[in-house]
Amino acid sequence: MCKDCGCSITHDHVDHQHIHGEHHHGQLHSNPQLNDKKTLAVIHKILDKNDVEAQHNRDHFKSHHVTAFNLMSSPGSGKTTLLEHLPQYLEQQYAVIEGDLETSRDADRLIAKGITAYQIQTGSACHLDAFMVHGALHHIDLNPIDICFVENVGNLVCPASYDVGTHKNIVLLSVPEGDDKIEKYPVMFRRADVVVITKSDLLPHFDFSIEQAKQQLDRLNPNVELLVVSVKDSDSMKTFAEWIVKNQEP
Amino acid sequence: MHEYSIVMSLMEQCESLALQNNAKGIEQVELKIGILSGVEPVLLAQAFDTFKLDTVCHNAKLIMNIQPLVLECRDCEQQSQVDERTIICPICNSNNTLVIEGEDMMLMQLVLDT
Repeated sequence: MCKDCGCSITHDHVDHQHIHGEHHHGQLHSNPQLNDKKTLAVIHKILDKNDVEAQHNRDHFKSHHVTAFNLMSSPGSGKTTLLEHLPQYLEQQYAVIEGDLETSRDADRLIAKGITAYQIQTGSACHLDAFMVHGALHHIDLNPIDICFVENVGNLVCPASYDVGTHKNIVLLSVPEGDDKIEKYPVMFRRADVVVITKSDLLPHFDFSIEQAKQQLDRLNPNVELLVVSVKDSDSMKTFAEWIVKNQEP
Repeated sequence: MHEYSIVMSLMEQCESLALQNNAKGIEQVELKIGILSGVEPVLLAQAFDTFKLDTVCHNAKLIMNIQPLVLECRDCEQQSQVDERTIICPICNSNNTLVIEGEDMMLMQLVLDT
């Protein structure tokens, strides 16, 4: 996929030597008392390499006029189900990059619905990083599509720390999980551009309070949008599809 | 347990900085860990001690400075430090704030053995 790096499909952590933003490689300060020791001030983001790669992915999406969304949630809150049902409500064509520890079940489910999907098996890694997504992009033709969803590994903790090069973060929270998850996993919900409460058809059977969820988001991420969705309720799916369309990159 | 991947990125940075500065080893690694960075300091320390053995950091001491949130309120225009994971301004209770510290994890300083 890369015009500039010509890299191959694997996600070896190749240092592309792109133009890095502001790197502070620091100055050396000699300590007069211990002249064999030097203190080096660095000030460097620990995940800087990942962030550079993420920007590389974003540029790649942009050059193909594709908007990318990072879908995150705990396992079983309905990410794949949402993507299976979305084509009925969305004119735009999309592809999906799937991340799971094992199996290609999710990609198989989507392919069975006629959706282009590529599965990343992370082995034991609990999250996708920008290098893995880069590797997957070698398998996806972006020309015929408008949107690319990255369905992250089901996990409300680790994926929040990694920019994978998407444009917007969609975080799902299903009704059976409970409204307290926002407070319990603040980093994830803070990173969200939209929080989608899924399986809303189950609201009558659980003590999930939408109001409580809103209050928690207000304390953490006040500008986030909140959608309440069930794949069985076509009006709510239309609202979700409208959010996607509205948030496409210009 | 993404702390292991984070430590691997950290070690890569340490290796290249040691090389650039012709250091024989690294004695101390100082980090700044924001309380909303998504990293658990205890797990990070464990991962550091496990991975450092085969690297230039094998004798290094890890210092983690935990960074609370620093908010800049757009309503009352005051800056404040918050230890809780909330972005509500403790002075005027507004949520119209900007988080200026506490969401990043940074390598701040290395003590090199030269």
